[in-house]
Amino acid sequence: MIVNLKIHLASLPKLGLSMCLMLASLNCFAIEPYEFPNEETRDRFQQLTYELRCPKCQNQNIADSNAPIAQDLRREVHRMLMEGNDNVEIVDFMVERYGDFVMYRPPFSAQTFALWTLPVVLALLGIGLAVRMGRGRRSQTVENDELSGEEQERLQALLRQSPGSGPARDS
Amino acid sequence: MKRALLFLPLVLGAGLFFLFNQMLGHDPSELQLARKDQPVPVFSLPDLHQPDKLITEADLKGRPMLVNVWATWCPSCRVEHPYLLKLAREYGVTIVGLNYKDEREAALRWLVELEDPYAISVFDEEGRLGLDLGVYGAPETYVIDAGGVIRYRHVGVVDEKVWQTVLAPLIESFGS
Repeated sequence: MIVNLKIHLASLPKLGLSMCLMLASLNCFAIEPYEFPNEETRDRFQQLTYELRCPKCQNQNIADSNAPIAQDLRREVHRMLMEGNDNVEIVDFMVERYGDFVMYRPPFSAQTFALWTLPVVLALLGIGLAVRMGRGRRSQTVENDELSGEEQERLQALLRQSPGSGPARDS
Repeated sequence: MKRALLFLPLVLGAGLFFLFNQMLGHDPSELQLARKDQPVPVFSLPDLHQPDKLITEADLKGRPMLVNVWATWCPSCRVEHPYLLKLAREYGVTIVGLNYKDEREAALRWLVELEDPYAISVFDEEGRLGLDLGVYGAPETYVIDAGGVIRYRHVGVVDEKVWQTVLAPLIESFGS
């Protein structure tokens, strides 16, 4: 099919607009074109595929990954959406087969307790230690700078005793 | 009390060293087997050799076995194949082949060319059983006990070392 395009300067804005509209109608988030009955379902598909990890390319979600398993999982998500399953059921389906790791946000459970709390605990520990050390250093220097009364007298006595060694006295 | 705190870095260091040692040899990208200790999922798929014959989860019971996930597009599967023959023929291990997301003709040619170690060959063209098992690549080998319960998954090539250190003891522990 040969398309004859005669582009006139004046019609460029119109051409640009029509191209934008054309591109906007494409689902640019899925690699395969999936059909959805409505926008809400399409949004849920996008949301779910962004939140599920690709089991093979583990630093990607199944929306972005090209791995065959990601394609299969996208197909499953689409199938389950079309069959009327809710988001919880779909995520549960994936976790049953691939484990908690398939969720980008790990659940808060006994096993992931350390994962969630350790960063906070360590940060607090670190801040606590830093404060403690800072305070310690300051109090040490203050103590050392001042001689007690007794030490002051001893210093004077020592200075009186050895006229040749030590700094010159004021009278 | 202050004295004791001085040993803290040593204790932490020793602990971390221990953990490090445990993790040596572990592939950090390996997924946990979500279906561990669960029965083989319900399925109904054609036999690779006889398309009209259907194989179900009931056929994967009665004796402990290995289910080997393979495909002609998987180079490691080719590497693993001779060892599977040895397991089946010399060690008498029951191996079920799960041909995963493959082409029937290519798979049949492969088994003729390289010989067939499988007691049963399931043709999972769309990867449906694979998905229900939690397969994320090939080769993978599952240990199924006599009651049809999934006990273990090995990701990657099965060789003598894997067999002797991991799979053989498992199969034995589930008796026959």
